[in-house]
Amino acid sequence: MTTLDGLKLGERARIVEISGDDGIAIRLMEMGLIDGEEIELLGFAPLGDPIEFELRGYRLSLRKNEARRVSIEPLPQA
Amino acid sequence: MAAPVPASSPPPTPAKETRSFNVALIGNPNTGKSTLFNLLCGMQSRVGNFPGVTVEKKIGHVNWQGQQFHIIDLPGTYSLSPRTLDEMVSVDVLLGRQKDVGHPDAVVCIVDASNLERNLYLVSQVLDMQLPVVVVLNMCDVALARGTTIDATELSQRLGVPVVKAEAHRAVGIDDVRNAIAAAAKSSPVEARKKVFPEEFYSECDQLATHLTAGGAADVPEFLIQRMILDPGGCVEAEYTKKCGNNLPQALTECRERLKSAGQAVPAIEARQRYAWIREVLAGIHTRPTTRSVTFSDKLDRLLTHKFIGVGIFIALMFVVFQAIYAWAGPFMEIIESAQGWLADLVALTLAPGPLRSLINDGVIAGVGGVIVFLPQIVFLFLFIAILEDCGYMARAAFLMDRLMTKVGLSGKSFVPLMSSFACAIPGVMATRVIENRRDRMVTILVAPLMSCSARLPVYILLIAAFIPAVTLFQVGPELSIGGFVLWSGQVTLPGVVLLGMSSLGAVIAVPVAWILKKTMFRGETPPFIMELPSYKWPSPRIVFYRVYDRAKAFVMRAGTLIFATTIIVWAAGYFPGDHTAQHKLETQIEALDDTPENEAQLEQLVDRHNAVSAQLIETSFLGRVGHAIEPAVKPLGWDWRIGVGAVASFPAREVIISTLGTIYSMGGDVDEESEGLKESLQQARWPDGRNVYNVPVALSIMVFFALCAQCGATLMVIRRETNSWFWPVFTFVYMTALAYVAALLVYQVGMRYF
Repeated sequence: MTTLDGLKLGERARIVEISGDDGIAIRLMEMGLIDGEEIELLGFAPLGDPIEFELRGYRLSLRKNEARRVSIEPLPQA
Repeated sequence: MAAPVPASSPPPTPAKETRSFNVALIGNPNTGKSTLFNLLCGMQSRVGNFPGVTVEKKIGHVNWQGQQFHIIDLPGTYSLSPRTLDEMVSVDVLLGRQKDVGHPDAVVCIVDASNLERNLYLVSQVLDMQLPVVVVLNMCDVALARGTTIDATELSQRLGVPVVKAEAHRAVGIDDVRNAIAAAAKSSPVEARKKVFPEEFYSECDQLATHLTAGGAADVPEFLIQRMILDPGGCVEAEYTKKCGNNLPQALTECRERLKSAGQAVPAIEARQRYAWIREVLAGIHTRPTTRSVTFSDKLDRLLTHKFIGVGIFIALMFVVFQAIYAWAGPFMEIIESAQGWLADLVALTLAPGPLRSLINDGVIAGVGGVIVFLPQIVFLFLFIAILEDCGYMARAAFLMDRLMTKVGLSGKSFVPLMSSFACAIPGVMATRVIENRRDRMVTILVAPLMSCSARLPVYILLIAAFIPAVTLFQVGPELSIGGFVLWSGQVTLPGVVLLGMSSLGAVIAVPVAWILKKTMFRGETPPFIMELPSYKWPSPRIVFYRVYDRAKAFVMRAGTLIFATTIIVWAAGYFPGDHTAQHKLETQIEALDDTPENEAQLEQLVDRHNAVSAQLIETSFLGRVGHAIEPAVKPLGWDWRIGVGAVASFPAREVIISTLGTIYSMGGDVDEESEGLKESLQQARWPDGRNVYNVPVALSIMVFFALCAQCGATLMVIRRETNSWFWPVFTFVYMTALAYVAALLVYQVGMRYF
């Protein structure tokens, strides 16, 4: 299974699951990362981390560490 | 017996309802919550800390329709699932459990209309608290420009609460918000709304309530029972584990197991159910552009977060900000200084030399002026920060710098506060409020005073000018200048290198300090970096003004009062005990003489005698005695008692060293870092055995000490206020002083072997 940190620039994916039940997992879900939701990778910070995403019409940045918690199913590019 | 009522008096009015209302303001970060708060309350807010936590509490008192309203501004939050004590504060306020605030009569939920889906998550949680709610749909203009449409009337119907459209940025719709708040606060208790969760969940809640009652914790608010189940390891669970006698953690685990087997696994259930509810509420009344159009903000972002261009722009921007702070603040600082001089002269004209005049001039005017003179720099720094914050760049700065900062054990969000600390640690410490993670915030606060602030600069300049030979190390390119203003002299000189080294020393030392703090006092997993990047917008002059005014006021009030008090103490310690009759007599004589050529010789003689008397007085004063007492401690650093006194006197504020040294070296206190006389006096100072007091290692040891020591009472007071504890300022003071002492000792002892 791929995770969110494996996504490439401009790629879209559908969220499958968020692993764990700690505070970080809860925060990710609160921010709208729910199974079935679509997410797009918009860009990377200069040193490759954090990563900028788009979901639910807003922009969210996550570190690779957090992105690794989100398993995804890549979508064909529009 | 009642007094007779005069016929002309107005008829007695019926007893008016004098009850006041509490209104809590809550919302996601970056939704314009603080802007709305400022618009509702004007400048009548009172800032304080909630007990025991680091968050700031803002309460505004306003009068609408003849009734008093207390508006409580809660910290921006994405949800009400308290995992830290700071987050628990918002929950406690909303539930009326915060004693000093009282029960809220209404909650205003401010949401970003352009990001409605995620913002309604918090609204959904607030609605569960069964309080009268007003939803403010803010940034409607931004939403409209992006092609988002919302049917507010229908939304209000579906939510069952009033929904008010507003553009707080432009002060549009504020009257409607005010009316809706007043109506909501006076409304009768609200009915329970349609339930978000499946029935299984509520029956588990009932079961848990029974368990809690049996364990001795009766009457737990429904909302907290829900939170106990939904937030494994959260604050509410921890609180009631202590209060409840019959093994709450086990009951909770069993309860979550049952929910899991019913297909409602915690914690995913909450987000899933709430977002499903949001979809339902917004169905058909909210449209979002299906294809993401590339906005101006996107194009700008492509540049500003670019690998090379973005970093280049960032460095250039920071450079311009700091250059501008120095350049623009200069004239204002001169005005303040000359006003100070003019005031002191005025006092000298009206008061004869004596203790009172000395207190007013050397204590009060010098003390208050010493603080106020930094105000222009601080205002300009705040101005830049407020503009960058309001246009949305600060979030990008954090995004850009995160990777670099994590190597030190901090996060991208620590970057801006630390950068601000280069001008002054006070706004820097205050700027750490943007860091929501307590551990990151505390470490940032504790290393912020190490950044080389502008008050250290005079010390470096004086000592470098006196002791570091002005040799050119090497030539790098030709001289560059624009209209006589030299941008780059083409030379790398030793004084320049030393100045750069001193200015960056603290930042370099901060790296291991932060690392050690993270490994010892603030252990635990690295907090996540989950941050929304808001879209760029034009900064609003109104908001920028409010922010600058707010912070400048806080600086003047708190920093000012402290430096004011300590300067007077230092003044008194340097003035008493001692017979100042001779000194004052000399002062009178000097002032009586006209500054004409024929008087020159006599004047010079009088000034010399005056300086000698002053030096004698300061040596026998309390301050001088302290200096001699601490001489054994400072001798290993290569310092004599005079430098020791200077360092001790500088603990409230490091700038004091210049005037203290000036006073001690028979120059009177009236010298500055550019004074040739003070520079020469330092070069000529001798130990009793005739050796020079100052040499290069001594100068370096003093500078290193000043670079690392916590000689700033105002910063320590701000740390106390921001952490709401006396422990942290004491800790900062102790670790920095120890660090400064050891580093100065090393520099002198190693340096003496080579010079």
